[in-house]
Amino acid sequence: MSGNSNLPMRRVFGDHLVQLGERYPELVVLDADVSSSTQTRLFADMYPQRFINCGIAEANMVSVAAGIAAAGLHPVASTFACLPATRALDQIRSQVAYPRLPVVLAGGYSGLSDFADGASHQSIEDLAVFAAMPNMTVLCPGDATETELALEAALQQHGPVYLRLSRAEVPRLPVPGRFALGKAIIRRDGSDVALLSTGQILECTLEAADLLEKEGIHPRVLDLHTLKPLDEQSVVQAAVDCGAIVTCEESSLIGGLGSLVAVLLARTRPTPMAIVGIADRFGQSGAYPDLRGEYGLSACHIRAAALELVRRKEW
Amino acid sequence: MDAVVFPDIEQLQSEARELRRMVIDMAYRAGSGHCGGSLSCAEILLTLYRCVLKVRPAEPNWPDRDRFILSKGHAAPMLYAVLARLGFFPVEWLGTLRQLGSPLQGHPDMCKTPGIDMSTGSLGMGLSAGIGMAWSARLQGKSWRVFVLVGDGELNEGQNWEAAMLASKLALSNLVLIVDLNQVQLDGPTSVVMPLGSVSDKFRAFGWSVRECNGHSLADLIRVIPVLPGGNQPAVLIARTVKGKGVSFMEGDHRWHGAPLTLEDYRTAIADLEEIIRER
Repeated sequence: MSGNSNLPMRRVFGDHLVQLGERYPELVVLDADVSSSTQTRLFADMYPQRFINCGIAEANMVSVAAGIAAAGLHPVASTFACLPATRALDQIRSQVAYPRLPVVLAGGYSGLSDFADGASHQSIEDLAVFAAMPNMTVLCPGDATETELALEAALQQHGPVYLRLSRAEVPRLPVPGRFALGKAIIRRDGSDVALLSTGQILECTLEAADLLEKEGIHPRVLDLHTLKPLDEQSVVQAAVDCGAIVTCEESSLIGGLGSLVAVLLARTRPTPMAIVGIADRFGQSGAYPDLRGEYGLSACHIRAAALELVRRKEW
Repeated sequence: MDAVVFPDIEQLQSEARELRRMVIDMAYRAGSGHCGGSLSCAEILLTLYRCVLKVRPAEPNWPDRDRFILSKGHAAPMLYAVLARLGFFPVEWLGTLRQLGSPLQGHPDMCKTPGIDMSTGSLGMGLSAGIGMAWSARLQGKSWRVFVLVGDGELNEGQNWEAAMLASKLALSNLVLIVDLNQVQLDGPTSVVMPLGSVSDKFRAFGWSVRECNGHSLADLIRVIPVLPGGNQPAVLIARTVKGKGVSFMEGDHRWHGAPLTLEDYRTAIADLEEIIRER
């Protein structure tokens, strides 16, 4: 498929659920009255017997999914990303994470991607919440291919997974080599500065890398589609090789990728760092590109953060 | 243990007293634990495990077993006593309750304790998990049933009513909810903390089949539970009980929801239970 045929990540997710439905007979899907938005409606249409619309009751949906997992099936419980991390959190903690049940929690519309609906529907805390949850695997695909591969990898896991999805269009990038859960993909190799990206900000990160390259700076781009378990080896290697790290995420800069990397490097190899993320404030309504600009998440912001680190290195 | 056996009532009554003694022992040794809500569900759990549930203690994960969820997870000591007596694990484990490294956690843990079908402790979630199990059984064409025990205080949690709607929508005729209606919760009588009104009427309004019985009458329980759910809708049994049943100073007293026992409390409680035994 061509590199510029962008599709909404939710549609890629919905289509792929249908495909996996055939290959994974134990796959069942639950949604909480937003299946037309999250695109699980596609699965419901194809496999009505294997779908439960739980109504507007996310807490109940998660616990039902836990019961289904305990009975040997593999549920994907889908809703907007702001809800698993908040309204259904006790259910996830007590009945999914603690008993290590194989439930895939699909959080659509993460970050600011539900741009026009405003702060009530945006999700900037979910990464901090699920990164802090023992037993939880956290997947943040950044493009269409990764969305498909991450979903399938989640179904091959025997434990709880939070799959962070976006409402927005994403590119379809080739995956160099084999996709493995917990193993970062090197999107571009370089040693002047490392740009570490998780989730839908990948496209902006790659754009920033292009800008830097034009200025004679060779960045490494590490695509951390798995936030947890973090690929510690690749991150430390990037710190060793580049001596400067910029983390990029469409998420609060408290508790997400930046925090995890800072904790790791403090322990292993203290390295100058910049964290690109949302500075401890709620989102708001606005056009998506405008929001990315307002909250410091654009390619320009990533480039500026990288340049600053490279300058400091040169002093 | 696949075949359900019906031991005589007297034998079961004596076993219920023994279970209560084991719970008091465990709570005293552990220095904490929830006596009140454990004592109120002795006959319910005994009936389920001796006369209703198709389970195999030697094969706790037998795929075709009936499932049981103790949604009121704080009554774990009573469930542990029952499971130990059935042979799911050695009775000696009971002495390790709430100790570091013990397979018997303060609240049920399906990963640590054989015979626990769902981890519980945070209230109001068990019925939902039971729905997931019952729906899965039906989807896979299995005949096993799901039983969930909730406390009446626990029904304060709104999730129960989300679940009540969904079970009804899905017409889960393989799901049975039992309410241990002991009318006392941690802070006081349910009528004061959060008046529930008629639990039966509420479930009827949600489309459930409703039965009521005396939750300490083994004869009642044995007559009613095995024929549930019956029909094509989920069933709820409202079992009227007494919190702290069997220990005079605990009965109906909310302070014994989770208070630790002194040596004097312990001796009085055991004497109470032995007196009941002597009276017979």
